[in-house]
Amino acid sequence: MIDLCHRVIESATVLECLKYDFMKRALLAVSLGTPMFALLGTMVVSNRMVFFSDVLGHSALTGVAIGVILGLADPLWSTLVFAVILAIGVNVFRRATHAANDTVLGVFLATVVALGIVILSRGGGFAKFSSYLIGDILAVTPQQLAILGILLAVVLAYWVVAANGLVLVSISPSLARSRGMSSFLIETSFAVLLAVVVTFSIRLVGILMINSLLVLPAAAARNLSCDVRSYTLWTVGLSLFSGFAGLFASYYWGTATGATIVLFSAAFYIVAAVCGGWWRGRTLAQS
Amino acid sequence: MTLHGKAPHTPRVCGHCCTSIDSLTVAFGRGIVLKDVNLRINCGELVAIVGPNGAGKTTLLKAILGEVPYTGSIRFSIRGFICPAPRIGYVPQKLNFDSDSPISVSDFMSSAISRHPVWLGVRPSLRRKCNAALERFSAEHLLKRRLGELSGGELQRVLLAMAMTPVPDILLLDEPVSGIDAKGLSVFYRTVCDLRREHDVSIIMVTHDLPAIAPHADRMVFIRQSILAEGKPSEVLANANLIVSLGSNLWTISQFSESVVKSEDDHDRPLP
Repeated sequence: MIDLCHRVIESATVLECLKYDFMKRALLAVSLGTPMFALLGTMVVSNRMVFFSDVLGHSALTGVAIGVILGLADPLWSTLVFAVILAIGVNVFRRATHAANDTVLGVFLATVVALGIVILSRGGGFAKFSSYLIGDILAVTPQQLAILGILLAVVLAYWVVAANGLVLVSISPSLARSRGMSSFLIETSFAVLLAVVVTFSIRLVGILMINSLLVLPAAAARNLSCDVRSYTLWTVGLSLFSGFAGLFASYYWGTATGATIVLFSAAFYIVAAVCGGWWRGRTLAQS
Repeated sequence: MTLHGKAPHTPRVCGHCCTSIDSLTVAFGRGIVLKDVNLRINCGELVAIVGPNGAGKTTLLKAILGEVPYTGSIRFSIRGFICPAPRIGYVPQKLNFDSDSPISVSDFMSSAISRHPVWLGVRPSLRRKCNAALERFSAEHLLKRRLGELSGGELQRVLLAMAMTPVPDILLLDEPVSGIDAKGLSVFYRTVCDLRREHDVSIIMVTHDLPAIAPHADRMVFIRQSILAEGKPSEVLANANLIVSLGSNLWTISQFSESVVKSEDDHDRPLP
């Protein structure tokens, strides 16, 4: 009984930080953002778009740079437009050239990063843009929360309509085609959605960490699941858990939130990779 | 429906369904893959597409699927009416997925035959439908397995079950026997022949396995960029030009073409 009281008090101290408004908002941002990233992440991993989403994240450097050149007050819009154009461009280019996927993406990655750094570092002023690299979820505004909510709704709606197509395309684009689905349309629409979500989230989690948030929970969940439903559930569950754990830990450790969340996901990945075979065997035996 | 040992009956060919391919040309960049291909495939007909590697066989199937741009025309008519989008069942040559993909056989089939999102789970009615489709190919025990765990033969049965759900107008098989052992092979050919008879499906099969397909195919089309020979399997295989062009396979085929001529008489007899 005493033990239980101690635990309640302890958990209350963990939640004590929630008396601050910025922590409440950050908690809401994590609750909205991580499930959205989790859903997108499942198909990023299944469709081998990990490198591609990394390029999208890094394209924010060039997007911000273009915004600075154009003299925009908020470079968000130039970043968004650039990421969407890049997403479509990469898909078209890949089909037109039949070049190896990772080589094409490597070229794009190098170009957008170099271009962004060159423009932003003119006159030695890169330091003031370094907040884009790490991001700050504790500074999330009510307006950004509203956008996150809308994006989550859009992703859910897209998932209801297009997830089957994405599953089929991940196995064989030709097979999807024989069922009247266009792999180009499916992949490009997914890439555009990914570009929009990544761009809006850069301010919160940073260019360096955004891809890890997308990829790690799904990568961990793959080891634990036997079908698409359990894959999705595991990914969303691990994402939310790492999100909350990372948020509170970063508060007490005084560390960057995005990176702390990623470390928790990475720990889950290692556990899942080690225990995955045993767990799946158990699940199959039970069913 | 049973697949094996059924009494023979005349194919229910209505004569009004067909796939007409006229002056089909496919080019990638500067390279011409297919040139001026003309082909007509009736319903209930099993057409074997043969030819050396890189001859454009798979490209022909992809053109029929509408996956590669082409000039010329591919038209489908069903019961005498032009049909812009016929039902196509397709068994690809190879799948390109990671073996650790958490996609079960029922997820895979459901994602193709239903609009209900698979990430919300496969509904019992849909699961039963998948199970029934797999049963036809004695593969119902695979329903819950992950796709990456299946052997070549098992995967082939799943793909065929999926291609036949719902029953298509045209069935495209791209080297469907790679990865199947000898025992599975004879079952596979029997299955395909029965499908053709029972459902009046046009079957276009790309294959390297000339000895196995020859007794079953109605027609054989030899392709190398364009159609070099077309006709009954025995005629095509007896064609000297073809044998020369196949080079290393010369011995096998010339030996084999004799046995085909013999076996062609019992072409429509049920298989033992």
